[in-house]
Amino acid sequence: MRPESPMTRVFGRPPVLIETPTHYCPGCTHGIAHRLVAEVIDELGLRGRTIGVASVGCSVLAYHYLDVDFQQAAHGRAPAVATGIKRVLPGRVVFTYQGDGDLAAIGTAEIIHAANRGERITVIFINNAVYGMTGGQMAPTTLVGMRTTTTPAGRDPVVYGFPLRVAELLAPLPGVAYASRVALSSPAHVNRAKRSIRRAFQTQLDGLGFSIVEMLSTCPVGWGQTPIDAMRWLEAEMFPVFPLGELKAPAEVKA
Amino acid sequence: MMPAFTKGNEAIAESAIRAGLRAYFGYPVTPQSELPEYLARRLPERGGVFLQAESEIAAINMVYGAGARVMISTSGPGFSLMQEGLSYLVGAEVPCVVVDMMRGGPGLGNIAPAQGDYFQATKSAGHGDGRLLVLAPWSVQEACDLTRVAFDLADRYRNPVAILGDGLLGQMMEPVVLPAPVEPARDVAWATTGAGSGPARVITSLDLEPEALEARNRRLQEKYRRAQQEVRWEGYRLDDADVAVVAYGISARIARTAVDRARDEGVAAGLVRPITLFPFPSQAVRDVASRVRIVLVTELSAGQMVEDVRLAADGRVPVRFYGRFGGMVSTPPEILDQIEQAASEVRAA
Repeated sequence: MRPESPMTRVFGRPPVLIETPTHYCPGCTHGIAHRLVAEVIDELGLRGRTIGVASVGCSVLAYHYLDVDFQQAAHGRAPAVATGIKRVLPGRVVFTYQGDGDLAAIGTAEIIHAANRGERITVIFINNAVYGMTGGQMAPTTLVGMRTTTTPAGRDPVVYGFPLRVAELLAPLPGVAYASRVALSSPAHVNRAKRSIRRAFQTQLDGLGFSIVEMLSTCPVGWGQTPIDAMRWLEAEMFPVFPLGELKAPAEVKA
Repeated sequence: MMPAFTKGNEAIAESAIRAGLRAYFGYPVTPQSELPEYLARRLPERGGVFLQAESEIAAINMVYGAGARVMISTSGPGFSLMQEGLSYLVGAEVPCVVVDMMRGGPGLGNIAPAQGDYFQATKSAGHGDGRLLVLAPWSVQEACDLTRVAFDLADRYRNPVAILGDGLLGQMMEPVVLPAPVEPARDVAWATTGAGSGPARVITSLDLEPEALEARNRRLQEKYRRAQQEVRWEGYRLDDADVAVVAYGISARIARTAVDRARDEGVAAGLVRPITLFPFPSQAVRDVASRVRIVLVTELSAGQMVEDVRLAADGRVPVRFYGRFGGMVSTPPEILDQIEQAASEVRAA
């Protein structure tokens, strides 16, 4: 390699993403999701006006990876904390980063009412069909028949109902301006996921209403699978239950 | 300034605005709903944020995010729901003012005045080892004055401060002189504004390492030790008293009348009125207990503050208790009767 040769930087660590060892398990897609959020914040030039809200679960330490102001919320309450921040500082960009136990179980009241009020916040919703941090228990998003530590014989819909489709639940609310579901299981899906996050933040910047990106994610340890198998399982088993796509998008921010 | 005839709930609301209130989050519950109703009318026109939340759970978490002078108000059932959030505020050292206009409990209870939330307010801010600073007014004027104090203490100690009233105080009307408005100079270097200079600001109560969490707790406890200098209490006719009545809030108001009647009948009675319930005026109670012959505690509860009085008195004198609860309010003749019984007990001894 010739050191004098002119080089164009085509790839690098986004400045908002802190260079630090990860605590996430091998094959977990939280790291990808963090990176995408960091890239979007950098590309939209939002670093000096963004506040994140971390929730309870594996991503509770999101502020160790994303170099913006952060507030850590109680389990499920991130949309309420984000509401408090955004209402007092309407000119700032506020996002929550929540898992499925947090958002779709204990925090259903907070997410539905923040969405229904049309809070100008962006929600990054990680759906990996399981409680990761507490050790692989059933989540509201757990698939029918899926084995978890609290459904050892598989999720029985007679006992526990069916997987909760959050994006479909929220999209019809008038306060919701942008709702999509993406996946983090392949480079092509990751690219689409990033575009979706960008549109969600743009929706907030344009003051159009509430925005949410549901990201189908892996939890190899919680699922008892290798990282490669987990990616395959996600596409084979989760895609049919959680269809991908933009459920709602304002015309002006559609790509 | 001419006093204005004002309801307790509304006096607190107006005083909060004049203390520089930037945001209010809450959820309706009787008997304090006049407070959010007043702020819904008045706060936005003075540039503040008013938002009715979907629950007290959400409301206290909105408070946690506000990063400015912020208030929330409720009564017992809602105060229970706020305990989770208050624990996070205390742990992350985020200030706020929380008003609890107590009603009859437990459970749904009723909407009549009571003082059964003393334990919940003074003993622990939700789970963990945190505390609220707690102020207990006995008049509409004092509710108004202590609201200003509450905001200053919350900022000074970066800790939630509770105003513990009851349905009677919230609902009754009295002449009030409102304080002049202030624009508080505040150190909000801790707040997440998205635009602070220097490294990113993080508000959290999470310390995975026990050493770090112990250090956080030591810091909190040190703060509560410093807060001892904020102790407030009032003594009444104590100089030559044989019987000291200890009561707070509306109970103290009733007890004062009973003390006067006892004096008319030749019984040397006096009153100790704690104004801060945490920190509790333990030294004052101890000093009084060393001078009198018997102590009578009266509350609108089955006996909560009496435990702190007994701890403070530390066996120096007998401590008797009289309480009404479930929304029943004691009367001066009832308290007078208790004072006379206490007096005859020590005369016989």
